[in-house]
Parts: sequence; structure tokens; C-alpha cells
Amino acid sequence: MIHQLANPTRFLKLARPLTPILFYCGLILVLGACGWGILFSPDEKLLGNTVKFIYIHVPFAWLAIGGWTGIAIASIAQLVWRHPLASVAARAIAPIGAIFAALCIITGSLWAKPTWGTWWVWDGRLTSVLVLFFLYLGYIALANASSEKGQISRVTAVYGVIGAVNIPIINRSVVWWESLHQKASITLTGSSIDSTYLLPLFISVLGFTLIFTAIVFMRMRAALANIKIEARMRRMAEDTHEIGS
Amino acid sequence: MKPKHQRLILAIIAVIGLLVASLIAINALSDEASYFYTPATLNDQNVEIGKAIRLGGMVKQGSIQSASDGVTINFIVQDKDQEQIVRYTGVTPNLFVEGSGVVADGRLDKDGIFIADNLLAKHDENYVPRELQDIDMSNTQKLEKSVVQ
Repeated sequence: MIHQLANPTRFLKLARPLTPILFYCGLILVLGACGWGILFSPDEKLLGNTVKFIYIHVPFAWLAIGGWTGIAIASIAQLVWRHPLASVAARAIAPIGAIFAALCIITGSLWAKPTWGTWWVWDGRLTSVLVLFFLYLGYIALANASSEKGQISRVTAVYGVIGAVNIPIINRSVVWWESLHQKASITLTGSSIDSTYLLPLFISVLGFTLIFTAIVFMRMRAALANIKIEARMRRMAEDTHEIGS
Repeated sequence: MKPKHQRLILAIIAVIGLLVASLIAINALSDEASYFYTPATLNDQNVEIGKAIRLGGMVKQGSIQSASDGVTINFIVQDKDQEQIVRYTGVTPNLFVEGSGVVADGRLDKDGIFIADNLLAKHDENYVPRELQDIDMSNTQKLEKSVVQ
């Protein structure tokens, strides 16, 4: 299955019709969930109406973390199996993951000011997410510097794997260290979020995930098209050179 | 052995090594990386008087008392089984209520009271609509009334 999808032609055949479907389904879900959540969900006991930040902050955080997890998996696939699509996928994810990490920090900060009484504190969770944002920037710089024929270097892939160390740290930061950020509400054993908030939250997370995937597919398709153009230009240059000589 | 398998084994070893190394580092960090002391860790570690620290925990039910000057309050911060008296002068955050989380910037004085310069409210992982809370409160008030009667 994975080997079949790793073939760029097969991937493109699938991704071309999937991209608009994922994008518009995601958009409808996000607008529906956020509209419903922001207009109709009741004030929280202590937070009041700032509880509504949950519908955007949680999906941003989830995809910022999910993005790097994707980069790490793709990097391992590139290093071990030399999948031709792996590095294209990792590179397509990076800037979107960075934007989602930034949005996660910004929405969190806007929520924190009226809730905690401060925009920012250097506790374990906030600091580790800021580190994630900088890891993304480093990845983007490294991937751009090492670009060759649309592929990225092994150094970049190794960096993608090493950076994944931060993912369990973000997840456990509120458990290992006392932090101002609340602990996980949704765990394997259940949720401490009332169902009036939980349902729109779940739909919003799903919607943003579909949009994220659609943008990754768009970027992968653009990258593959670029590789094709580069190859064709090179061939044309060689041809004209032969004619000229 | 195929080179593909060699690379896979190398990758697995590298990932395990990375995880072990970071676990050791995190373990060494443990308390250093905590944003605040709890009443329990404060008592355990004999923090020196006057050193700038943070204290966090729950505001004990019924413990907030206003001093005669009107702007100073005393309250108790508690964790599972220990307590710490805190004194604070100033405006409290909106979410500062009994039974809720708080993180205080400040220092211990020689009487063992924590003098707070700044309070941050801490929200816990529970999200409950206000209406449900009101229903609960009205029920308890009715109960109390009936007991009084």
C-alpha cells in the first residue's frame, strides 16, 4: 500500500481529485463548528466567553504537533526506504506546520491575558511549543539550503527525526513539571470537557485536519510539477547543446 | 543483509538512543523546569527566606480574608495534603476564586507567610458550562435553607 502510494504518478492520480474534496469538506466543517461553537455554546463557569478560543486553539496545537510527527515519519521513510515522495511530503508540511504553531501561540496568548492575567509565561508547555515553532523555522531554512532537484538532503531528514524529541516533551510537559498551562483535558480514559463544548471542538479539529491535509497535497503537487519542469528544461538544454555542437 | 534493513536498524538504534538521552536530560531537569513550587515541594526543599519564587496550588475554600486596609487579602494555597498562607496586596485577577488554581510571584517572610507581589489565575482541565453550575449551586442553597429551617 505505502509502496504503491510512494510512486509519484499514482500519488498524483489520487491527490488531484482529493485536494478540493478535502479542502471544501474541511472548510464546511470548520465554519460549521466554529459558527456553532462561538454563537451558541454557553459561557464557561470561570472562563466566561473566552472558552470559545478552544475551537481554534486546540486544532492549531494538534496540527502543529501532528505536522512535525508527519515530518519525522517522512524523514525516516526517506532515510531508510528512500521513498521518492517522502522528502517532498516533509518539505510540503514544514511551512504549514510553522504557521499553525504560530497561530497556536497567538490564540493561546490572546486567551491567556484575560484568563491568567498575562500574555506569556516561561512554563514547560509554552516554552516547548515555542521551541517547536523555531524547529520548524530551522527545518525550512535547512530544506531550502539543501534543495537539489526538488529533493532535500539527508541532513535535513536527520534534523526532522531529531526534532521529534520535542513532541513527547510537549505532550508530557504539563505532567512532568508544574505549569501554568492546564493539564490534558482529553485523555485515553475520557474527557473533562463538557459535551456542549466537546462536540463542536471535535468537528473543528477534524475540519482543520482536512484543510491541513489538502494544503499539504497542493504543495506536494506543486513540488512534483516543479521537479518535472526542471527535468524537462534540463533535457531541452542538453538537446540544444547537442544540436549546437 | 540488505542495505535497506541495515539503514532501518541504524535508524531504530538512533531513535532509541535519542529517546534515552532526552529522558536522562529531562530527569536531570525535573524540578528545575517546574514553573512554581507547590506547598508540598516548598516545605520539602527548605526554600530560603526572601528568595524570589513562585507558589502554585488551589485557593482553599473559605480561606480568603480581607484585611482591615481593604486592599490586602490573606488566603491559603493548598495541594493534596499541605497548605501555605499567602498575603497579597492589590487587585486580584477575575478568575481568582476559592477552589480555583492560582500561581503567586513572591517570597517567604520570616514568619513563614508567603508574600505575593503578583497573582496569576490558573485554569484547570475541566470545562463546565455556567448554567449547569448555577443549577448545582441553587440546589445546594435550597438544601442549606432546608437545613436551617
